[in-house]
Amino acid sequence: MTPELGQLALILAMLLALAQSVLPLVGAWRGNRALMAVARPAAAGQAVFVAMAFGILAWAFLRFDFSVQYVADNSNLALPWYYRIAAVWGAHEGSLLLWILILNVWTVALAAFSQKLPEVFASRVIAVMGLIAVGFLAFIIFTSNPFGRLLPMPGDGADLNPVLQDPGMTFHPPMLYMGYVGFSVAFAFSIAALLGGELEQAWVRWARPWTNVAWAFLTCGIVAGSWWAYAELGWGGWWFWDPVENASFMPWLVGVALIHAQAVTEKRGSLRAWTILLSIFAFSLSLLGTFLVRSGVLTSVHAFASDPRRGVFILAFLTIVVGGSLLLYALRAPKVLGGKPFKVVSRETALLISNLMFAVAAAMVLLGTLFPLIGDALNLGRISVGPPYFGFLFPLLMLPVVLLLPFGPFLRWGKGDTPVLKQLLLRAGIAAAACAIVAAFFVDGQPKAIAGVAALVWLTVGVLLYALKRWREMPRGRRYPAEMAGMLLAHLGVGVFVAGVLLSESLSVTRDVRMAPGETQHIGNYDFRFDGVHHTTGPNWTADQGVVTVTRNGSETTVMHPQKRTYPRGQVQTESAVDAGVTRDLYVALGEPMDANDIEGAWALRLYYKPFIRWIWAGGLLMMLGGLVCATDKRFRIKRSARAEAGAEVADDLQIQETRA
Amino acid sequence: MRLLLQMLFVALLTFAGVAHAQAIEPMPFKDHAQELRFQHLTHQLRCPMCQNETLADSNAPIARDLRNQIFQMMQQGRSDEEIKQYLVARYSRFVLYDPPLTPGTWLLWFGPLLILLGGAGVVLVAIRKRSRTGSTATEAPTDNGDDW
Amino acid sequence: MSRLLPFIGFMLLVGLFGFGIWWNTQHDPNAIPSPLLDKPAPAFNLPQLYEPTQMVSKADLLGKPYLLNVFASWCIECGVEHPVLTAEGPTLGVQLVGYNYKDAPDDAKGWLAKHGNPYDLLIADEPGHTAIDFGVYGAPESFLIDAKGVIRYKHIGPLTPDVVAKELKPAIAAMLKEAP
Repeated sequence: MTPELGQLALILAMLLALAQSVLPLVGAWRGNRALMAVARPAAAGQAVFVAMAFGILAWAFLRFDFSVQYVADNSNLALPWYYRIAAVWGAHEGSLLLWILILNVWTVALAAFSQKLPEVFASRVIAVMGLIAVGFLAFIIFTSNPFGRLLPMPGDGADLNPVLQDPGMTFHPPMLYMGYVGFSVAFAFSIAALLGGELEQAWVRWARPWTNVAWAFLTCGIVAGSWWAYAELGWGGWWFWDPVENASFMPWLVGVALIHAQAVTEKRGSLRAWTILLSIFAFSLSLLGTFLVRSGVLTSVHAFASDPRRGVFILAFLTIVVGGSLLLYALRAPKVLGGKPFKVVSRETALLISNLMFAVAAAMVLLGTLFPLIGDALNLGRISVGPPYFGFLFPLLMLPVVLLLPFGPFLRWGKGDTPVLKQLLLRAGIAAAACAIVAAFFVDGQPKAIAGVAALVWLTVGVLLYALKRWREMPRGRRYPAEMAGMLLAHLGVGVFVAGVLLSESLSVTRDVRMAPGETQHIGNYDFRFDGVHHTTGPNWTADQGVVTVTRNGSETTVMHPQKRTYPRGQVQTESAVDAGVTRDLYVALGEPMDANDIEGAWALRLYYKPFIRWIWAGGLLMMLGGLVCATDKRFRIKRSARAEAGAEVADDLQIQETRA
Repeated sequence: MRLLLQMLFVALLTFAGVAHAQAIEPMPFKDHAQELRFQHLTHQLRCPMCQNETLADSNAPIARDLRNQIFQMMQQGRSDEEIKQYLVARYSRFVLYDPPLTPGTWLLWFGPLLILLGGAGVVLVAIRKRSRTGSTATEAPTDNGDDW
Repeated sequence: MSRLLPFIGFMLLVGLFGFGIWWNTQHDPNAIPSPLLDKPAPAFNLPQLYEPTQMVSKADLLGKPYLLNVFASWCIECGVEHPVLTAEGPTLGVQLVGYNYKDAPDDAKGWLAKHGNPYDLLIADEPGHTAIDFGVYGAPESFLIDAKGVIRYKHIGPLTPDVVAKELKPAIAAMLKEAP
């Protein structure tokens, strides 16, 4: 009985979403206050029903209701309750339900915090969010219903893929979706601006905190996914340029460009059309990601099961939403160059260049990801594009960004101050070069590692010098506005990230070894002693657990327990043992016993020494923090006067529209 | 059809499960340099059977066989190029994660450069237009956060 | 006009994706096209499954076309294909050579005893080295090899009645027309 209620809730939610989208748009067009006022209540109603549907599905999992096909496919009696909740979004149908739930979270937040925005504008924004909701709810109801029944009900379910039974995996999709879906807010703002013809800067200021927070969540989601892949999959890697990973990275790259373009438009009034276009691109890439993962068009380890019917549906949705908005852009985007002028040496130029590099990087990732498909279309045979392609071009494109980054804050708007820049170049440059030379001795002259140190110092000194400048020049309380503090944190994060990548890639050591109990291997200053394997059990698995004692210069560092787990359905999963550290990770994965009948004998083990790998995720988290801090800036909170001012404009607009109509 | 797909799925899953952890395979390398070369090479090659995994990391039986084959060929003194040719002759260019530069892949390798040049042109034009208009004096700070 | 560029670019992408969805319905996305089509089959020298002391080489099989079917007892899809082979094998007009891939001989014999033996000749490649020369990466796979030893057609995955009717038989007909 209850799962059908879930289905009903979704249908009601869709009807409310229709109301939420169509009526306020008509109202805004016609100046009808009553219709516009439908937006917020409709949004609230939709949210209630979506939450209900989600809750019903979660409840079905918790109650082991295997009469629901989705529950039977993704859980079983031995699955612990926390993974049963995570199983809600473990496969296609449920993940879409999560998507629409999060869309509602953002919509409700928007409805709540937009009270001070001009009514016409706010109702359009909420209406656009409603349109997106209609599309997704229709997709769920017509092609991907999670509430379908499985009768007769089986005694036990299949299982959640063991690879997903991990805290990282519980955390990663919600964070990622908060980011993906969060870009719909900037998108909705842009569409509302295009529809209303209000192309003044004010709306960009309102959009900025939402965009920053969405981007921060996306950063968090990507970091969580990368860290999870490293910890869980046993191959010691943290990024593979897999199509699904790229699907999350492209919106992130465009998001970076967008954040910076919004800053320019808000403060100087220029790049208005470009900012709007970027908002559309960012959300389009989010939607594109949804399409790629579910349509079967690309081969990926991550992809959900594909189905041409679903693929066609999403493609149609994509065409309407993105095609429609790009058409609207072509018709309504500002054609006249607005805003304050700027010289060649200016912050605007620096941000334009960085925007260019991020946009090209996103295009490059898109090209590489889609090229196998293009190859099929042009009959070039099955071509694979992997890390050698992306890993070569991406750093190349980011090099100008890293070099320019310290100059950004020092450059003034409109016209840069050259002596200041020269001083920065000298100080940061010399510091970077000096540290690079010193580092060369520690890293055996490895060029990547030296570059990593140089980049870290270059970026960090740039940030510190600017922080110092503000400290000296400004009185207390006005030194570090939240927007600037966020920027400094995020830029620091870039330095930490780059250092982590370059150092870990060049200095990592990996060895596959055969070890009998008592034998020792020496890797990267550490001695790994294999102490044998014994059986152990967990809530829904049994395992062979190895014991590896790690010592350094004789004193014990840690004891590691890599496992090979067997799950109820016979799936075998390697749980690597990771000893995390600020300057290095030690990593051990258990292979097979060399003699299959003797688990007390020798085993194959993979040992890794990975210096500075945590810096990769630490850098990402710093960037995320920067985005969040930036969004808290007082300037972004809307004053009462904004509505009153805009109210006057709206009244004029409505009068003009009425005389036209 | 659905049953078939389910069977296939279960087959792949159990198959993968049984074959799991065979990606860890100690091999008698001559020295560390050879081991590094092997790691580097197998990371550039794609497992023909799996859904997007390198030969180095894949658990599939074919990946294990191919790794052993590559090891043998390295012991025989073959170069990286020869090993790649050997695999391409049998499994097509699909196995190369580093797409070779051929007329078919010009778009792939030169596309980003073209986009960059195009974009740079647009940026240049935009900067030129902007720097010509208006005064060049720095303006008084407004409440748009211009004090920095 | 330039404002329409993003829209046009996007519609091209939509076209590409539409093609992709369609292409997936026509092809197995996991099948790799064989680079050995219309090229000589690799030389091989493998023992027979039931008479391991008797070797069969490529030269031995020249002169008559045959369908080389890669199978194994551990391969579930082969069980699906087996009835099709049993039913359609005799109607094909070419020899059916079974290629037992990475299988313990006893397991293979047991499997054949249970499901039946449709093959005219059975060879075994337990280590799987020769299979690499054929570009085999899983089972089942089927190769149509002509009288001169050239590979004319390859199918990855189980042979279904549909595939046999629409692809295999026409390929055999085309091959026989050239060199009766």
